[in-house]
Amino acid sequence: MIRWLLLFFGGALLGGIVHLATIIILPFTATQDAYARLAKSAPVNAVTAVPAPTPESAIMPFMDPAFASAVCRYDLSQGPLKLSVPVSLAYTSVSFYTRYDVAYYAINDRAAGRQVIELNLMTVAQHNQMPEDEEITAADRLIVESPTLTGLIAIRALAPEPGLMPMVQNAIAAAKCLPADEPKPSR
Amino acid sequence: MRLLLGSLFALAVAAVVGLGATYYALTRGAAFGPLTIGSWTAWPKTGTIDADPYARASIARIGRLPTALGDGVSFTASADDSGRQLDGRCDVIVTGVTPAARFWTVTLYNPDGKLVANSINRFGFTSQEIVRRADGSFEIVVAPRANPGNWLPTGGVERYILLLRLYDTAVGVSTKAGREVPMPSVTIRNCP
Repeated sequence: MIRWLLLFFGGALLGGIVHLATIIILPFTATQDAYARLAKSAPVNAVTAVPAPTPESAIMPFMDPAFASAVCRYDLSQGPLKLSVPVSLAYTSVSFYTRYDVAYYAINDRAAGRQVIELNLMTVAQHNQMPEDEEITAADRLIVESPTLTGLIAIRALAPEPGLMPMVQNAIAAAKCLPADEPKPSR
Repeated sequence: MRLLLGSLFALAVAAVVGLGATYYALTRGAAFGPLTIGSWTAWPKTGTIDADPYARASIARIGRLPTALGDGVSFTASADDSGRQLDGRCDVIVTGVTPAARFWTVTLYNPDGKLVANSINRFGFTSQEIVRRADGSFEIVVAPRANPGNWLPTGGVERYILLLRLYDTAVGVSTKAGREVPMPSVTIRNCP
């Protein structure tokens, strides 16, 4: 009897380890996570509009129907990216996600404080390699460090009323996500 | 023989306990650090790089992109203030004020996160289009049949959840439930 009880507790303990291991591994094996869903329609290093969710179809669950959205699926292995998003009439935000859909940075139009949200996205290593040129550091471009080589940038703009949706979609359509030019050597 | 039987038993227990706990945690959407105000719950930390493994696993399983904390916070309600599950065949009143935010939206989803089809194609309200009372508070009637004022149709589905998303808000990881974060009350009225 005691033997089986011990075996049961041993099994339960092992079960705890199984539980933790599956929870930690799950994001790396998920085939239907947001990145995989978007990878089907979104090319790398380009802005793609995400169709508005309808009751019949939505790329991802829990999308806000009041927002027009676009994504840029990025790959920084060829170098940093340059992102520019024109600010639409009400509220515009840019959120950065790692390959495993963890949000690591977000900025909105008010924080950007200008008519265009402009950012440079690079990995930590690429940032460290940047020459400490005054012209570049003085440039009022924001630098965002990505913890992973690949990931997603979600660009979202609010249509305060459904009638304004086409206008907001147009504003989003002008967003650009392009490989940044090599920084020129100074003089 | 006894050793083999014993270890098989222990392994079976491990599989049932381990996978069962994982399934339970993921279907309940468990994560650390929930912020519960009235019937609304948010996980502000899920929208940051510090998201815990449970939050990461449930994000991956659902297949959504979490609201980043620099963007906003999203609160979920699946029951009313007295703990009764929201039922699409009942009239549910959402009334009050929200914490300070530049914009907010209220959206109705089925438990899988899909929008619910209805005759007027209304899936939610934004803070701009809502009709308010003189004191700035609002009342949304979530009901299967048309209602005057801010009517959010349920399409008659049995279960649904409401998401209140606050955009550009001070509500975040360090927020404590209290007077500075007033959330609208959720009350079930007129159940058939």
